[in-house]
Amino acid sequence: MTAQHPPDEILLGFTRALRAAGVRVTQDRATSFLTASAIVGLHDPEAVYVAGRATLCSGPDALERYDRVFEAWFGDRSELPRTIPRERREDVAAPLPVSDDPGENGGEGEQDVVRAAASEAEILRHRDVAELDAAQKAILDAMIRALHPRAPLRRAARHTPWRRGEVDLQRTLRGSLQLMGEPGQVRRRRRGTEPRRVVLLVDVSASMRPYADALLRLTHTLVRTGAPVEVFTLGTRLTRITTALRTADPDRALVRAGDEVPDWAGGTRLGETLEAFLDRWGARGMARGAVVVVFSDGWERGDAALLGGQMARLGRLAHRVVWVNPHRGKDGYEPVQQGIVAVLPHCDDFIAGHSLRSFEQVLEVVASA
Amino acid sequence: MNSPRAVAQALEQTGYLSDSALATVTFLAGEMQRPLLLEGEPGTGKTALAEALAQIHGVPLIRLQCYEGIDATQALYDWDFPRQILHLRTLEAATKDGSLDPTEAEKSLFDERFLLSRPVLRALRESPAVLLIDEVDRADDEFEAFLLEVLSTWAVSIPELGTVAAAVPPTVVLTSNRTRELHDALKRRCLYHWIDHPGLEREVAIVRSREPDVPAALARQVVEVVQELRGEHLLKPPGVAETLDWARALQRLGASELDLEQAANTLGAVVKYREDTDRVKHVLDRMLAR
Repeated sequence: MTAQHPPDEILLGFTRALRAAGVRVTQDRATSFLTASAIVGLHDPEAVYVAGRATLCSGPDALERYDRVFEAWFGDRSELPRTIPRERREDVAAPLPVSDDPGENGGEGEQDVVRAAASEAEILRHRDVAELDAAQKAILDAMIRALHPRAPLRRAARHTPWRRGEVDLQRTLRGSLQLMGEPGQVRRRRRGTEPRRVVLLVDVSASMRPYADALLRLTHTLVRTGAPVEVFTLGTRLTRITTALRTADPDRALVRAGDEVPDWAGGTRLGETLEAFLDRWGARGMARGAVVVVFSDGWERGDAALLGGQMARLGRLAHRVVWVNPHRGKDGYEPVQQGIVAVLPHCDDFIAGHSLRSFEQVLEVVASA
Repeated sequence: MNSPRAVAQALEQTGYLSDSALATVTFLAGEMQRPLLLEGEPGTGKTALAEALAQIHGVPLIRLQCYEGIDATQALYDWDFPRQILHLRTLEAATKDGSLDPTEAEKSLFDERFLLSRPVLRALRESPAVLLIDEVDRADDEFEAFLLEVLSTWAVSIPELGTVAAAVPPTVVLTSNRTRELHDALKRRCLYHWIDHPGLEREVAIVRSREPDVPAALARQVVEVVQELRGEHLLKPPGVAETLDWARALQRLGASELDLEQAANTLGAVVKYREDTDRVKHVLDRMLAR
């Protein structure tokens, strides 16, 4: 720590650096951090480190980042710029889905442009996402955004009043009490419903690259329904991106998710990452009774036996396991790769995921699970 | 306790061996009067810390086990309905002439003696106390919101009796196994700490202090095997609790050293899944062959 900066500034600068690194540090947390540091004493870096971990972090993901930033901020700062990072606000405007450059057919009436876009949209529904150019992708993005997924439902423990079903003794009696004991209307009830949890696991390895963007947009629409939805990316490691995808604007959400994922377009170790998911999250309840959707082509570099074993575990935990494979929709596709062969016995559904049409089917399968 | 070191020493006297980070956080929680939110693998001593804290301060440990669907009546208070009815009947019988004053009768119904204090209310009334809110991740969002209110005001209002406020805020320890993400508002109220599995030396020390009858050589061997197992991707990696169980089991069988036969017979103390058994046997073979 340098002498020319007062300690408050250095500590607050650290919280800003932490925020810039993606840890959500609110004002009250920063204040708690200052209080805690003052209590343990600023002369003791070890204690300040602990105080910061306790007040600024809220989970293992944040802890990892915290360690990195702490090291950079309070460690050897010789090569670091000594400026305090500014608050970063990325305002990414959502681009309007325009199919063609308007200058190109400037003479034509607006009607034609709309009609052209409409017919193109219909064709796009069936086109393979991987083969689209930039302009078509923009339309597709808007179309994905316009999807309205429904969350699957499960039976809840509580009863709700209903027209038919079993007799609700309590409400019937209460009703007749209001009539001074005269028999009144017979009330009925049934078990209510609650949204069932959906867990989405998106393979972001190199072989899935052409589809990753569209698939993440699809998961974004599901997250935005407000139902209990969790999203993870698989590749060489497991990353939870649910929080990032809660951002309303899809483009900003994807940028945030991209910041989180360290193994973008890397290798595939499905078995190991699936194991990590089951160990860290799944077995503790996240996958229990949930609808789990895996978006992957099943190209496994690692041990296919491990993958099969982990899928069996997942199958036992989850209410329904849906495997979405982009190649499934292509002509002449046969599920013969080692990974897919190991996986298939443990899946309830094995469906295509290469075009908007197939995405709609995926949402349908999830909603009716 | 005026420093993290003092906290660590006090914890050590109860048999709870903490590292400096945990001691510092515990110290801070006391100084800032904030709840302590502990997360970590099962069996790393989250609940045990609350027990140790209660022992240090010589105050009661009040435990609230959370579960899905828990609501305020199970955490705060409830009225003892059967006894209230009985009381009413007694009043009726005692005043046969019908001179029972309805308002008086009603007032006597909501008396202190018909109040069933549940853990949170007890903690507020009996403070100083240690309130352990165990596995808070199992409860619902609504319950978290309710906790948030209690943990920030340290007071609860009972319509029939008035507000109950704690003279001294109780020491609160929340534990979570991360089956679900807690609400950020609740996390912000708390000091957060992730408890990891202890290192080799510290775990040996924990076994020695908790189970003084276990021979030193056996304790070390057991810990070595368990630590090895944690790197073996078991379905359920053993926690410190399992280490203690195993050491205890072996000691009861009269073992002074870990041998293959007795280890195999007592595997149930460490391994909780059939799939894990093979891996554990494999590790045992390898380690004991050395």
